[in-house]
Amino acid sequence: MNWKRAAIAVLAAAPPIALFAYGFSRDPAAIPSPLPGHAAPEFTLAVFAPGEGPLTRPLGDTVRLRELAGKVVVVNFWASWCGPCRAEHAGLSETARQYAGKPVRFIGVLYNDGAAAAREWITQMGGQSYPAVMDLRSLTAIDYGVYGVPETYIVDASGRIAYKHVGPIPPSVLRQWIDSLLPNATASEGIPRAVVR
Amino acid sequence: MIGLIAHNALLVSLAAVAFGAILTPVAIRTGRREWLQLVYGAVYTNFLLVSIAAVSMVVALVTHDFSVSYVAAVGSRSTPLLFTIISLWGALEGSILFWAWVLGLYSAAVVALHRRRPGNLVPYAVMTLLAVAAFFAVLLVGPADPFLPVSPVPADGPGPNTLLQNHILMAVHPPLLYLGYVGMSVPFAFALGAIFSNEAATNDWSILSRRWMLTSWGFLSAAIIAGMWWSYEVLGWGGYWAWDPVENASFLPWLTATAYLHSVMVQERRNMLRLWTLNLCVATFVLTILGTFLTRSGILSSVHAFTTGAIGYYFLSFIAIVLVTTLVLVAGNSERIQTKGKLGGAASRETVFLLNNLFLTAVMLTVLVGTLYPLVAEAVRGVKVSVGVPFFNRMALPAMVALLFLMGVGPALPWGSTTWADARKRLYPPGIAAVILGAIAVIAGARSIYAILAFAFVGYAAMSNLREFWIGMRARHRAHGESWPTALLRLIAGNRRRYGGYIAHIGVLFVALGITASATFRSEREATLTPGQTLTVAGHTVRLKNLWGREEPQRSVIGATMDVLGRNGTVIGTMEPRMNYYRVSDQPVPTPDVRSSIWGDLYVNLMAFESSGANATVKVIVEPFVPWIWFGGLVIVIGAITGLFYGPRGATAPAPTTNPAPNIGRSGTAPVLAPNPAPSIASADP
Amino acid sequence: MKRHALATLAVVAGALCVARPAYAQGVEARSRPSVATVADSALEAQTTAVASTLRCPVCQGESIQDSPSDLARQMRAVVRDKLRAGNTPDQVKAYFVSKYGEWILLEPTMTGLNVLLYVIPVLLVVGGLALVAVLVRRWTAPETTTH
Repeated sequence: MNWKRAAIAVLAAAPPIALFAYGFSRDPAAIPSPLPGHAAPEFTLAVFAPGEGPLTRPLGDTVRLRELAGKVVVVNFWASWCGPCRAEHAGLSETARQYAGKPVRFIGVLYNDGAAAAREWITQMGGQSYPAVMDLRSLTAIDYGVYGVPETYIVDASGRIAYKHVGPIPPSVLRQWIDSLLPNATASEGIPRAVVR
Repeated sequence: MIGLIAHNALLVSLAAVAFGAILTPVAIRTGRREWLQLVYGAVYTNFLLVSIAAVSMVVALVTHDFSVSYVAAVGSRSTPLLFTIISLWGALEGSILFWAWVLGLYSAAVVALHRRRPGNLVPYAVMTLLAVAAFFAVLLVGPADPFLPVSPVPADGPGPNTLLQNHILMAVHPPLLYLGYVGMSVPFAFALGAIFSNEAATNDWSILSRRWMLTSWGFLSAAIIAGMWWSYEVLGWGGYWAWDPVENASFLPWLTATAYLHSVMVQERRNMLRLWTLNLCVATFVLTILGTFLTRSGILSSVHAFTTGAIGYYFLSFIAIVLVTTLVLVAGNSERIQTKGKLGGAASRETVFLLNNLFLTAVMLTVLVGTLYPLVAEAVRGVKVSVGVPFFNRMALPAMVALLFLMGVGPALPWGSTTWADARKRLYPPGIAAVILGAIAVIAGARSIYAILAFAFVGYAAMSNLREFWIGMRARHRAHGESWPTALLRLIAGNRRRYGGYIAHIGVLFVALGITASATFRSEREATLTPGQTLTVAGHTVRLKNLWGREEPQRSVIGATMDVLGRNGTVIGTMEPRMNYYRVSDQPVPTPDVRSSIWGDLYVNLMAFESSGANATVKVIVEPFVPWIWFGGLVIVIGAITGLFYGPRGATAPAPTTNPAPNIGRSGTAPVLAPNPAPSIASADP
Repeated sequence: MKRHALATLAVVAGALCVARPAYAQGVEARSRPSVATVADSALEAQTTAVASTLRCPVCQGESIQDSPSDLARQMRAVVRDKLRAGNTPDQVKAYFVSKYGEWILLEPTMTGLNVLLYVIPVLLVVGGLALVAVLVRRWTAPETTTH
């Protein structure tokens, strides 16, 4: 037995083992988005579900991101065929209602789904406080780098994407981000303006 | 109840294999060889116990015993019987159980066939197999226990993964893969056994392990082809190979095993490359474990990574132990194993084998680096990257084309040495075939340099390998006046190992031709048709007849009936691409319809449809020569079987120093290898 | 195999709606014909070439050219539109990288650490060939007395 060679062999085995061990600390399905910190892609989409109360936008009305400048915008991509979307729906709808008086807008963007089915789903889920728009051909979804639903983007008052959330977004996370981006908070330094995940 | 019995059987089997593995060195060191009988008894006991567990699982699946956790996870009352049975390997725990059973089978066969061989090689090899078995036994009583009691007992289960229950090939591909993968533990065990028993400096261990490797190689080749076929028939994109991490994982050990099957010949003939051959043996096994790790741990995302879980840490520890142990053993003993060889001349078959090993290893390392690179990039750069088809095609194809060329050079050159003038003479006829096939490819419209070279080298290698048969037949015909068929059969029977190898080469050439032709001359179109409308692709016309729907117990089926039109517009056949909606999944499973002829496939996939039945979007792909790939797989297996059973006349190796090898593999492996999957599948699914 | 009339199809679709809304909407979403028949075969070839290098975000292994998924089809349409609008293939790829990150490229760029990925295989073959040459020369050296 040549122990010197054996020792070298052990050293050679170390990097691959370390690499595999590292692999476990990572989620292969989590793909960081390059968008946070950059200007939110513009969109012009037609409303197919009006929302409720003060947040209502008439059916067929066109929502333009540009027109919402100065407000915090929560863009939620969803579909009626998506299971996890059910989990986040009530929280989103309720949070939108709570911020109704503030410069905050919520928009649901339908992803690869039909309007009729989506409306039916909204009724089933007990309504939705904010309006939902139709993204035919998924051009907006691709512009936002969506790779599954639900995904939620929070756009700050200057029109930059501050945060992207993959999967059902908890209301606490939503509130924390909106509060930090609202005008009274933006003055203070040290609040992350652009954080990836 | 049945779960409890099976669970206890697995517990006892863990005890048995651990006992056997520990007892082996004790028995040998203390000189009590009679104790080895206990070790062998442990091997048989383990096989019996794991068989009980495996049979229990099948019974539990078939009787829908949802009190067993695995059945509750993958069983369903609405799943057809066949798919219920094969869901044994449809998810993590079941496939580990199946793995343990196959390993038990191989270990028992090794003991049954080799236990009378004197010396310590076989006992130490058995010890190695038992140690590997212990790992799987630990998984089965721990993190991958399939027999956990479920309470309350559910009335029904979700059924197996939809991709796995959509096609009959799932009854064929996984068992073949496991037989191939797990079988590679046996040569590995002999390699380690040789080191432990100080026999690594002889050729004995490699002669013993060669047939086991060839058996496993045959299974793995068949498994890879069956996997390609499954991918082609189920995933709906008209391709068969996507350089996916899990596909790569099955390809990597195949490459090293192929390299081994060539280098072992050089070892036997010239007493050289011993350390290299041993390394290939060890690497093959490590790559099978690595492949399983990549598949089962979910460390790399992959379409095929059906199962994930904490079991990854067990695999990580196991890989670490295997890597460190084998590297220490091999490197520590390398000086003793190394040999000083001499070649007869540079223009010889040996030289070609060295190049063949070089390119096989290069392809293996390229694919390995490409597969693992996303992890490296994330660790070093913190960025997620993808390494996919374009990379592998660019980097691995050139070496694979070079291998095709070598497949033509090797058989044409003699062992030992020859003059360059003679070599040129021998390589002249294949050269002509290469020019002809290359020219045909160019005329047919091939423009990619690799495609043209691949066609040329397929012609080159085909001529070279066929000429070996021709020369041998002609010699027998002239010398003995035998009829041509008799001459062919006797020629093969006279040196099965050699001609088995050539047959396998020809099988690989069929596969290569099928892949090159279908990749080069494929044409596809997608269109939305209303009933009565036609779509023409590369001279093939289909017409949408109607859309239909059907409820089945476990799924809803939406299908399109398409007429295939002949040249004069008459209907020459119908095709029914479908979309299957299973109860357990949001995603429909595409079920393309394939119409095959000798010259290629017409492949129709239903992409989308109007619920009213007003129209359907279909993709029509004309794929020349694809059936040649499946046929090539069959030929490869025939070649492997031929090479497996050589008699004394065909034995080219020098006689072993100890007892002649007992009939290795003759009784143990023949029945398992015999049923080839290919023909039965073709007819099974419309 | 028994054929069913369109009525049955509607029944099936209806059953899907009631029993499993998820499927039905999948059906509806999939049922929109989204691929335009394009006469320009050069554009189509270029689209295929670019689409083959982009990874389908919802299928993990396949390119958007190969994947039958909705998103892949829509991304192909984006590729086609951008090429038709005069973008170069590199610009189209850069667009997708800016949205999805480097991950979207099936073939890593030849920059930085990625260079290793391209250099290692070449070095292996070149080094291996040199090694084989040296070994063959050594093993066939003239002092050989035996075969």
